[in-house]
Amino acid sequence: MKKFWVFFFMLVPVLALWSCIVAPGYGWWFPGSDGPSKGVAASPLGRRIDDLFYMILVITTITFIGVQLALGYVLWTGIRRDNREGDVEKAWFSHGSHELEVIWSIVPAAVLLFIALYQMDVWASYRVKTHFPEEVQNKPMAEVTARQFEWRIRYPGLDENGNVLPLMPDPQPTDLYAVNDLHLPSGRPVMINLKTQDVQHSFFLPELRVKQDAVPGLVIPVWFEADKSGEYTLLCAELCGWGHYKMKARFVARPEEEFIPYLRELTKQQSYDGVKEAAAQ
Amino acid sequence: MSSISTTADALHGHDAHGHDAHGHGHAHTQSFISKYVFSTDHKVIGIQFLVTTLLMLMVGGALALGVRWQLAFPWESMPIFGTLFPMEGGQISPDFYTMLFTMHATVMIFLVIIPVLAGAFGNFLIPLMIGADDMAFPVLNMLSYWFMWPAIGCFGMTFLCAGYGAAGGWTSYPLLSALAEAAPGSGSAQTWWLFGLTFVGVSSMMGSVNYMTTIINMRAPGMTLFRMPLTIWSMFITAILQAFALPVLTAAGFMLVADRILGTCFFIPAGIVVNNAEPTVGGGQPLLWQHLFWFYSHPAVYIMLLPAMGMVSDMLACMCRKPIFGYKPMVYSLAAIAGLGFIVWGHHMFTSGMNPALGMTFMVSTIMIALPSAVKVFNWLGTMWGGKIEFNTVLLNCAAFVSMFLIGGLSGIFMAAVPVDIYIHDTYFIVAHFHYVLFGATLFGVFGGITFWFPKMFGRLMNEPVGKLHFFLTFIGFNGTFFPMHLLGVAGMPRRYANPFLYEYLEHLLPMNQFMTYSAILMGFAQFLLLGNFLLSIKFGQKCGRNPWNANGLEWSAPSPPGHGNFDVPPVCYRGPYEYSHPDCPEGQDYWMQTDPRGRKKRPDDLAGGNAAAPAHS
Ligand code: HEM
Ligand SMILES: [Cu+2]
Ligand SMILES: [Cu+2]
Repeated sequence: MKKFWVFFFMLVPVLALWSCIVAPGYGWWFPGSDGPSKGVAASPLGRRIDDLFYMILVITTITFIGVQLALGYVLWTGIRRDNREGDVEKAWFSHGSHELEVIWSIVPAAVLLFIALYQMDVWASYRVKTHFPEEVQNKPMAEVTARQFEWRIRYPGLDENGNVLPLMPDPQPTDLYAVNDLHLPSGRPVMINLKTQDVQHSFFLPELRVKQDAVPGLVIPVWFEADKSGEYTLLCAELCGWGHYKMKARFVARPEEEFIPYLRELTKQQSYDGVKEAAAQ
Repeated sequence: MSSISTTADALHGHDAHGHDAHGHGHAHTQSFISKYVFSTDHKVIGIQFLVTTLLMLMVGGALALGVRWQLAFPWESMPIFGTLFPMEGGQISPDFYTMLFTMHATVMIFLVIIPVLAGAFGNFLIPLMIGADDMAFPVLNMLSYWFMWPAIGCFGMTFLCAGYGAAGGWTSYPLLSALAEAAPGSGSAQTWWLFGLTFVGVSSMMGSVNYMTTIINMRAPGMTLFRMPLTIWSMFITAILQAFALPVLTAAGFMLVADRILGTCFFIPAGIVVNNAEPTVGGGQPLLWQHLFWFYSHPAVYIMLLPAMGMVSDMLACMCRKPIFGYKPMVYSLAAIAGLGFIVWGHHMFTSGMNPALGMTFMVSTIMIALPSAVKVFNWLGTMWGGKIEFNTVLLNCAAFVSMFLIGGLSGIFMAAVPVDIYIHDTYFIVAHFHYVLFGATLFGVFGGITFWFPKMFGRLMNEPVGKLHFFLTFIGFNGTFFPMHLLGVAGMPRRYANPFLYEYLEHLLPMNQFMTYSAILMGFAQFLLLGNFLLSIKFGQKCGRNPWNANGLEWSAPSPPGHGNFDVPPVCYRGPYEYSHPDCPEGQDYWMQTDPRGRKKRPDDLAGGNAAAPAHS
């Protein structure tokens, strides 16, 4: 029975490892560019985040297996044989070891510090404005306003020559609107201004590994880049009320050349008053 | 069962203390009410806390099963719950679902884990383990228990309000929790919720003051700081944490209540339009709540963990018949965790839009908190190493504690790394992580602790086979429920979603969720074994003597159960708590009680200890 319990505890690392190995096969792994769970992030920054994840995964897996094996070892070797009457078996008497203590403080400290410092760079390029890519510095392409329970998108619209205007902080007559449908160019960094009209929400593009809370009263710039054209899921990751789960929207990325036609199309739809066309018929 | 000895009394022997065995009889008679209901006796209060929290565990568990039901069988009518609540067709509405996980978390954190550690074990163990006859402020102590009831009442009230229940998550971020129009659960239910929080805080604060005073002033002669068991160290450090962190939460709670009913604007910015109501006026900042809330609630996760760490250390030493490996490093790492615990709250806010430079600072401090945690794990392994291990329910739960804490701790590194956290924040990875820490670690420690100190509470042992079966089923159910959540998180399944399968990229996760729900049901039912074992053993358990585990601590020199005033012989402490298997142990035993004067070196300062001025029995 005692041996049973040692094996029982050793099942944990075995099953944990097994499930992590089979998981990608069942699609229980990262969503990515080639459909659900193909595992590869659909953006360059997302892939750097994945790499960091895998690096930590390797370090923690080694630690996990090592410590679990050590646990199994100490349990196994510590199994107490049933006492013969009156004979007290004593355990190894030790109050610890200073050398071991020093070793197992310094080694993890070094590893942990390495993990922390190694992350800085990616964090800086994701969030520190001066580290944003050149193309998006102060050039938001749309304003995304979260609202219970939808995403409202405001584009700056086009001038008479068909060029995209700069996005103004306040709504302009030329602005174009869409709901739950964000279109931006693929293959280049793009930036949006994120706002919320009511409670807190969070802008989450799982395939691109982008997440940013929308905080009442703040305008937060968020940049990302979809490598390939396609449709990505956009959802809300911060509890915002009963309809939190249904803030479903899409982010459509397509080549830059198709972006202006999309805005033109939007302009046409929005200025359509139902009269001129009827007259033309 | 070889370690169970009813001869312990004889071995330990009253003759060991040649002095006064009668001098402090508490002879005054007490009515039933003052003895068992409004008792000022720390042991009764501890047991009251324990029973209350076990019942709340069942309530919180039922709410969790509601959550799990919906995730496995979205919108299908739910048995039992469906008939208990006025829901159409017994279905869980999204609104109701939001309330379910909010109240599940609220109950588990504020009414189970915090009060079971500090309230139940802290109260029961502190005076016994330091050799005092009661807490420093017994009436305050009684109040700390009775303040739980208004809290339970207020949280209960939220279920009766329109929209059945507070639904802002247990973190209650404004504006969802600040504006009554924001959601059905944001009305009066949210106000009741905040009052409940305040009462819980008052209760904890009373405990905290009591523990600090008692531990500083009332230790038995010879019980120096570094002869205190780690349980006492952990309770002491937890009490300090609470004393510093709780006022912040209480203040934040009052500010939010003021925002809600007095029209102040601490957290409400101008120009917010919720549900077509008038735009708000005011210059508040919702992030302020997050800072204040996590300034308490991050240290609070250590309040929910440190005492269990201390208890597990004591139980492991006893069950492995070995001294704690590295006693002082264990103390220092407890202190380090507590200290660092105060400067890492921002890691809950990496995606919140706070200054990115803060993100980096918080990342480094957060990752470094893994260091003292690692030291603790290695020291526990060192304690088991070369032991003579008794594989009983207590040991199994403690080994599970170490193993599950390891998983919870390692997954914490992913979240501490900010860029990775960008992706996994608010996904099921987080849910997996904190359940490994709170349930996998703390609750297994609590299960072990209940089994270990039950004989002291009631003079009887709990049933071993039932205890083992409970452990076995809980452990399997637990890992079946929570390990896959890591994978769901990596697959990008957001938490707090009433129906994640609305999204194409999550559809294929449904069977996995069903598997988890079956595991959760198994685990939920296993808890009836614990409850049954607990209640029945009070009456039918095998009787035991003072020291059934052959342990060293002062509490084992008191009668089981101890009478009012605890010790029949005022305890004197002659050595540290972990002298198991000492080569000089008294003949024929592998333990050496702290109260056992045999074999002590005759040094004149030996008794003075460092605390001679404060005898336990005044
Ligand atoms: C029967 C065992 C349990 C089950 C099946 C369970 C299940 C769950 C699930 C599925 C959630 C996620 C809800 C969501 O995010 O949509 C959750 C959340 C949570 N649980 Fe548990 N849980 C259990 C025990 C515990 C225990 C013992 C504790 C704590 C001490 C706890 C604390 C929490 C907390 C704090 C949350 C966060 C809720 C939120 O998102 O605001 N749970 N639980
Ligand atoms: Cu939202
Ligand atoms: Cu939301």
